[in-house]
Amino acid sequence: MELLLQQILSGLATGTIYACMALAVVMIYQAIGHLNFAQGEMATFSTFVAWQLLAWGVPYWAAFVLTIALSFVAGVLIERVVFRPLHGAPALSHIVVFIALLAIFNNGAGFIWDFTIKSFPSPFGQTTMFGSMLNAHQAGMIVCTLVMLVLLYLFFSRTRLGLAMRAAAANPESARLVGIRVGWMIALGWGLASAIGAVAGMLIAPIIFLEPNMMLGVLLYGFAGAVLGGLTSPVGAVVGGLVVGVVENLAGTYVPVVGSELKLTIALSLIILVLIFKPSGLFGRAVAKRV
Amino acid sequence: MQKLHGSTLRLAAAVTLAAAAMSASAAFAEGKYDVGASDTEIKMGHFNPYSGPVSAWGTVGKLQSAFWKKINEEGGINGRKINFISYDDAYSPPKAVEQSRRLVESDQVLGLFNPMGTASNLAIQKYMNGMKVPQIFVSSGAIAFGNPSVYPWTMGWLNYASEGRVYARYLLEQKPDAKVALFYQNDDFGKGFVNGFREALGDKAKTMIVGEASYEISEPTIDSQIVTLKATGADVLFNMSSPKFAAQAIRKLADLNWKPMHFLTSSSAQIGSTLGPAGLENSVGIISTNYYKDSTDPRWKDDPAMQNWNAFMDKYYPEGDKTDTTNVYAYLVSETIAQVLKQAGDDLTRENVMRQAANLQQFSTPLLLPGVTISTSATDYFPIEQLQLIQFNGHTWDFIGGVIDGSAE
Amino acid sequence: MTIERTTALVFLICALAVPAMISGFVTFQLTMLLIYAIAIMGLNLLTGFNGQFSLGHSAFYAIGAYTAAILMDQFGIGYIWTLPAAGLVCFAVGFLFGFPALRLEGTYLALATFGLAVATPQILKLTPLEHWTGGVQGVFVMKPNAPFGLPLTSDQWLYYLTLAAFVLLYVLAKNLVTSRTGRALLAIRENPIAAQSMGINVSLYKTLTFGVSAAYTGIAGALGAIVIQFVAPDSFGFMLSVTFLVGVVVGGIAWLPGAIIGAAFILFVPNFAEDISKGLSGAVYGIIMILLIYVMPSGAGGIVSSALRVLRSR
Repeated sequence: MELLLQQILSGLATGTIYACMALAVVMIYQAIGHLNFAQGEMATFSTFVAWQLLAWGVPYWAAFVLTIALSFVAGVLIERVVFRPLHGAPALSHIVVFIALLAIFNNGAGFIWDFTIKSFPSPFGQTTMFGSMLNAHQAGMIVCTLVMLVLLYLFFSRTRLGLAMRAAAANPESARLVGIRVGWMIALGWGLASAIGAVAGMLIAPIIFLEPNMMLGVLLYGFAGAVLGGLTSPVGAVVGGLVVGVVENLAGTYVPVVGSELKLTIALSLIILVLIFKPSGLFGRAVAKRV
Repeated sequence: MQKLHGSTLRLAAAVTLAAAAMSASAAFAEGKYDVGASDTEIKMGHFNPYSGPVSAWGTVGKLQSAFWKKINEEGGINGRKINFISYDDAYSPPKAVEQSRRLVESDQVLGLFNPMGTASNLAIQKYMNGMKVPQIFVSSGAIAFGNPSVYPWTMGWLNYASEGRVYARYLLEQKPDAKVALFYQNDDFGKGFVNGFREALGDKAKTMIVGEASYEISEPTIDSQIVTLKATGADVLFNMSSPKFAAQAIRKLADLNWKPMHFLTSSSAQIGSTLGPAGLENSVGIISTNYYKDSTDPRWKDDPAMQNWNAFMDKYYPEGDKTDTTNVYAYLVSETIAQVLKQAGDDLTRENVMRQAANLQQFSTPLLLPGVTISTSATDYFPIEQLQLIQFNGHTWDFIGGVIDGSAE
Repeated sequence: MTIERTTALVFLICALAVPAMISGFVTFQLTMLLIYAIAIMGLNLLTGFNGQFSLGHSAFYAIGAYTAAILMDQFGIGYIWTLPAAGLVCFAVGFLFGFPALRLEGTYLALATFGLAVATPQILKLTPLEHWTGGVQGVFVMKPNAPFGLPLTSDQWLYYLTLAAFVLLYVLAKNLVTSRTGRALLAIRENPIAAQSMGINVSLYKTLTFGVSAAYTGIAGALGAIVIQFVAPDSFGFMLSVTFLVGVVVGGIAWLPGAIIGAAFILFVPNFAEDISKGLSGAVYGIIMILLIYVMPSGAGGIVSSALRVLRSR
């Protein structure tokens, strides 16, 4: 019983990591209607920038804010410089560019900052709590994720800009007709996704250590969480991330013989099963198809 | 006693060296060569992942390039310059086959020296032996690379199994009633250790091992596995993980306030790159083994060999990471390769290179831990089998006992 | 049409003549090129022609490779017979996987296939299956020699065998996509609902395409196992799927001959990038990919079709 409780708690803590990244995935999906494979590497790169700023003696919160700002600008620039010229290219070509960006950021981070793992400071400290099942950073991270979730929710449902972005993604033609600058909305989406990724990276790094491949695994789980939640819903992304974390831990612990070797496989199969019955995810909106 | 023993060995090595040098100068008039060697040049082949998810290992190739540059500036080996050709296999066996064939058939190297990766080397083993081209000091810990009766042209470097045996023997001696939990990476690296460990525990393995958990390198965290292992009630943890996961495990143990007797594989037992990030205070008491000096251990700060290495890094490989002990390993392997080529003298046939690789007699270099030497023979294809048990005291590694031989009984 | 026929004929003559002029190593490289081309062709049938996105083709490649390796290693079956066997096994797996895939679209299908790609190496490593798969150590395969006393080296024989497989599979694919079935596939890609209302059995075509596509990639995997003489679980990770996808896009979506160009790209460009810089080879490869997409946003196929259009309009 105690083991069950511990596994659930540890699953929630790990799930928060996935949820964080899943939020960034939802953000970019809202803007461009794809998954961005380079998102994890971009977040890692941002985290390295933060690490470098800290190493130069910049105070934590200053580095935190500066990194978010830089990442936002970088995200917008990538859209403007790399993707704008490819406006008319097929979707699959965009995917190849994502893969190219992945290679560039991953290789660049390794080249500049080397491959040995680096510890990244936590603003919340590492003291343990709840009978040593969580540490302060994990608790702080859960709070941060919820704050990000609320902010995103408010942004998309209460601000003109957020509504404009959604309109631009859902129906570019009509959005243009009502005076929304669709191109800039997409760039803004890139900037925000990249900024959220930076936050996720800085929150995750104290737990799993900073190194160039830090996000490789996390992004996969983030995708899984976001898809399970429904890709269009920030709430769904967080719930999806948490569910993936818990299900994976329980599969690893309680499925006999193959559980620990196949825990990701079991979690993914369950997700696929859910999707078969609910093809647009737990919280996603079903889109009416036109002929 | 320990010290005396060490210096005797070094003397023996010096004598061997001198003898080799003499026989070399005697034969100078008639150099014997295979493809890849001449009066002026030795062509060496190498591959490791420069790209892809394990590109961290690419530093081995970069360091070796720098090492051979230094050797060439100092006049080469027996007057011959080293032409070191290294390719990227991205840790993929099909790519490794392609690159090896390019090296052997198109670049026409004398042999492959220190190619990296278990799967990549398994994939080329038959080819190399079919072509009768040396595949020397394979950078892997699989026992498959020390099987001279079947694969005489393939020689390993160390094997995980012998390290596993060292821990098992120590455990049987110190804590025969231990309840052991195994935590390992689900690949040949982790499984190699598990097998060596189980084998050395023998019949007691069934009763002593109370829990096992593995992870894939794509997993972000391993908290769940550690929680499960703690719940088994084990009082010994055998931790066979790569640095990132080792550091996570050390910290999770501290978070859970679980304090088992903790064995950590040598490949992750570096102060700078594993214990430091995990927290030195959390790492106190960890037991491991090593055979070379940890560049991040303050114990060796004023050690001449380490200072030498530092000077080399500054001059020839300034972009290299000095806190990454992989760079010490790569240097050490290069020195051993240089020794093999020196011993081969002017008979630079593939057969003689292989014979000399299998004829290292207590070769010693200052980067090895005191008392550790490198030996091979026609039936022993693992140069590194001597290990030193070490324990972390919160600041540096303490030695436990003397150097141990980890070979099978 | 004549331009295509002539090109195909010239290609075939060159492909037949070339081993006599090149070294064993280059022959081996060309064999790998043809193997990747078969896999890319398989993925193109699914993604390019039928519009179903897959990140899971590394799994089919792996299943094909392991089918061949296990049949040879455990049952002593001749390597030739492992090719159709691998094709059949992968067809079955792909067909079955096509059913859940029916319910999923775009990104969701990407995740499902991605799950397949992630799961396959883990299943191959599974302890209870170690007797068959060799676990983390993989399986060795004997390299075949040329049969009937043909005066060919083993490399040359495998090259011709792969070439034969490629030509056969290419002709089959060509016939498939130009037939009624092929038009049905394209109709489904463009608009599944409209296709359905025109009386096309969308479910059947989609699952069958999944099966055929998997079979192609599986045969490529089996050939790969025979040529490399070794299979190991970690050779078949998710990145292999991504590589195939890059091959499809570079070659040209829904353009079959592009498979050769795509395969050449994924085989040779990483080597080229490495020559430029060891430390930054990944970044160089990435930059080359981006530049290529700038120059030809629809891959080589896009360039060729617009060139043909210009020629014909004259």
